[in-house]
Amino acid sequence: MNFELSDEQQMLVDMARQFAAQTVAPGAEHRDQTSSFPSDLIGPLAEQGFLGMLVPESDGGSEMGYVNYALALAEIAQACASTAVTMAVNNLTASAIATYASQELRAEVLPSLCDGRDGKVGAFALSEPHCGSDAAALKTRADRDGEDYILNGSKQWITNGAFASWVLVMARTGEGSRGISAFAVPGDAPGLIIGPEEKKMGLKGSNTVPLTLENVRVPARYRVGDEGIGFQIAMNALDGGRIGIGSQALGIGRAALREAARYMEERKAFGKPLNRHQALQFMVADIGTDLEATRLLMLKAASLRDQGKPMTQEASMCKVYASEACCRAVDSALQIHGGYGYVQDYAIERLYRDARVTRIYEGTSEIQRVVISRNVLKGAS
Amino acid sequence: MDFTLNEEQQMFKDTCASLADDMLAPKAGEWDQGHIYPTDAIATMAEMGLMGVAIPDSEGGTGADNLTYAITMEEISRGCASCGVIMSVNNSLYCDPVHRFARPEQRAEWLAPYASGEKLGAFALTEPGNGSDAAAMRTTAELEGDEYVLNGTKAWITNAYEADAFIVFATTDRSAGHRAVSAFLVATGTPGLSLGKKEDKLGIRASSTAQLFFENCRIPAANLLGEIGEGFKVAMGTLDGGRIGIAAQALGIAEAAFRAARDYSLERKTFGKPIAEHQAIAFKLADMATRIEVARLLTHQAAQLKDAKADYGKASAMAKLAAAETAMWVTTQAIQVFGGNGYVTEYPVERHFRDAKITEIYEGTSEVQRIVIARAVLEEALR
Repeated sequence: MNFELSDEQQMLVDMARQFAAQTVAPGAEHRDQTSSFPSDLIGPLAEQGFLGMLVPESDGGSEMGYVNYALALAEIAQACASTAVTMAVNNLTASAIATYASQELRAEVLPSLCDGRDGKVGAFALSEPHCGSDAAALKTRADRDGEDYILNGSKQWITNGAFASWVLVMARTGEGSRGISAFAVPGDAPGLIIGPEEKKMGLKGSNTVPLTLENVRVPARYRVGDEGIGFQIAMNALDGGRIGIGSQALGIGRAALREAARYMEERKAFGKPLNRHQALQFMVADIGTDLEATRLLMLKAASLRDQGKPMTQEASMCKVYASEACCRAVDSALQIHGGYGYVQDYAIERLYRDARVTRIYEGTSEIQRVVISRNVLKGAS
Repeated sequence: MDFTLNEEQQMFKDTCASLADDMLAPKAGEWDQGHIYPTDAIATMAEMGLMGVAIPDSEGGTGADNLTYAITMEEISRGCASCGVIMSVNNSLYCDPVHRFARPEQRAEWLAPYASGEKLGAFALTEPGNGSDAAAMRTTAELEGDEYVLNGTKAWITNAYEADAFIVFATTDRSAGHRAVSAFLVATGTPGLSLGKKEDKLGIRASSTAQLFFENCRIPAANLLGEIGEGFKVAMGTLDGGRIGIAAQALGIAEAAFRAARDYSLERKTFGKPIAEHQAIAFKLADMATRIEVARLLTHQAAQLKDAKADYGKASAMAKLAAAETAMWVTTQAIQVFGGNGYVTEYPVERHFRDAKITEIYEGTSEVQRIVIARAVLEEALR
């Protein structure tokens, strides 16, 4: 057992931290205030190799694996949670395609997802207006028509949807969870209608839209893997995706901790700086412990994933703990700021809003608990 | 980075798990109810090399690493938390500082028999008037010729009734704060050393806890452990390591309560199905398992940092805080899963609940851990 980062991993963290501070952090507040997608950051993220971290080099990726991915993503999230989710969804989509798609399809799709061509990214379309966590209930259909499939249906909460070069769409080719298949759909496919942008509480720099598929015709070679394995692809992608959200939550939590520490140094009450008041020190101690726990859960899940070992339970533990720890962290950090935490002059207000979604997307906290309880009950004697 | 146990660690874990299941858990309730010191169990643990896990073979110990120590502590404590604390005090609080500070001529007498488990050690730092604030020491040591004369009272001394020797902290100058504190080795039976009554505790009742009274207790000057005035350093370094032991003990208690609740939830039915199938109970189990996993990762990380000779003060404080609070929370939830059956001694969870509470108090309260952590975290966040 060894918990320390290797020299290479530490170098990556340092590089990502510097990139995040210099390139990502400066526009974070503006993107939040104006709900602007970080189009200008897609190229620089690609240059760092951060868009195809889970894609083999032979497919155009940087093939850095989940541990490095989680470490880098946390650094980006500490600077801007919106940019982090944009990056995470691109990696998640590219990883699923790299794992399951044919050689021919990988060659067609992955280079553009890895190099962020035209400031565009990948999107992952599983949820629908009537179903999120209960993914097997999806209704979008893919009907075979000669050499093509014709897709019809509605997808909801699609991150990166309006800026997608490719959308990985889960659609029904049969009954039940084994009747779901995955398709790579070009972002500009005729019939793929991008709905109005959601007015979200946080992550306002990221793009979230509903997508409507109206007789979207894609060639059969755009099917990712065999017919009927779409649910498996989605669940596998979500296991990996949960590490990503854990990592994002860690980054937001760290940013909150840093904001709190700064404020506690400058603000005085009763003749001494806030950081000399024990009630606030103890809040910081709990945030710090929670974040260290989060970091270890994240690294364990990522490390298992890199070794190809089962990690569904670990991914769920990482995701539920990370997101809830993050929400506790932003709440305490906002409390430490007092009234100033409630206005937009300080970054904690944005962090508080950004944090909340981590308990919802990529499987709600409740879904994670369903997964974990099922697993631990299996271990009973 | 690697989250798997090596072969030796896994072997220790399996062996201790068998001992916990076969020998400790079946008797732990009886020992608890009768306040019975588990003499035979401790002897077996000594034979298995558990009383000096991380002390080198050449010094009478087992020569394993600190991570192995944490793993074995967890398994033993899962079977019996009292056995866990008896083991922890001998390993972390007695053998570890003696190993680090004893002079060559002291080691055969004061280390080897304790590391092998032939004898039992204890640690006397806390006093009635000071616990976590070790610099406020009142016990005095006065040099008279080639002897030190000890006077004062020590409180909450685990293993007091069974110990063959104590590391005793005393000041040579009450006005000089922690710089005047030194550590001394004192054998049981030394004239002037007497024991108070056994404390009647809420939990870990199979272990003894008592006050020590020093009344003109004379010990050879050669029994000084470390240098004169080095006592505070001896004590603080020891507590950092001791916290790993208590974190592991808390983990064992939490794991025992979790397994009991999990198994019970599959047997017990309400409204026509096992309570495990009710989401309110299933989600409790999910949270118990997650918090235990968190505490275990933090504990193993602290132990591994100690093995790597890296700075592990913050890590061990986080591990101890998280594990202790997890143990308290998990045991509380476990009683809830058992309902009325959790409130009576026929089931083990009420004992786990009582045993868990001490882990939030000794080896530095949760409040002291938060002071240590806050200092480190605030500094890092501004770096």
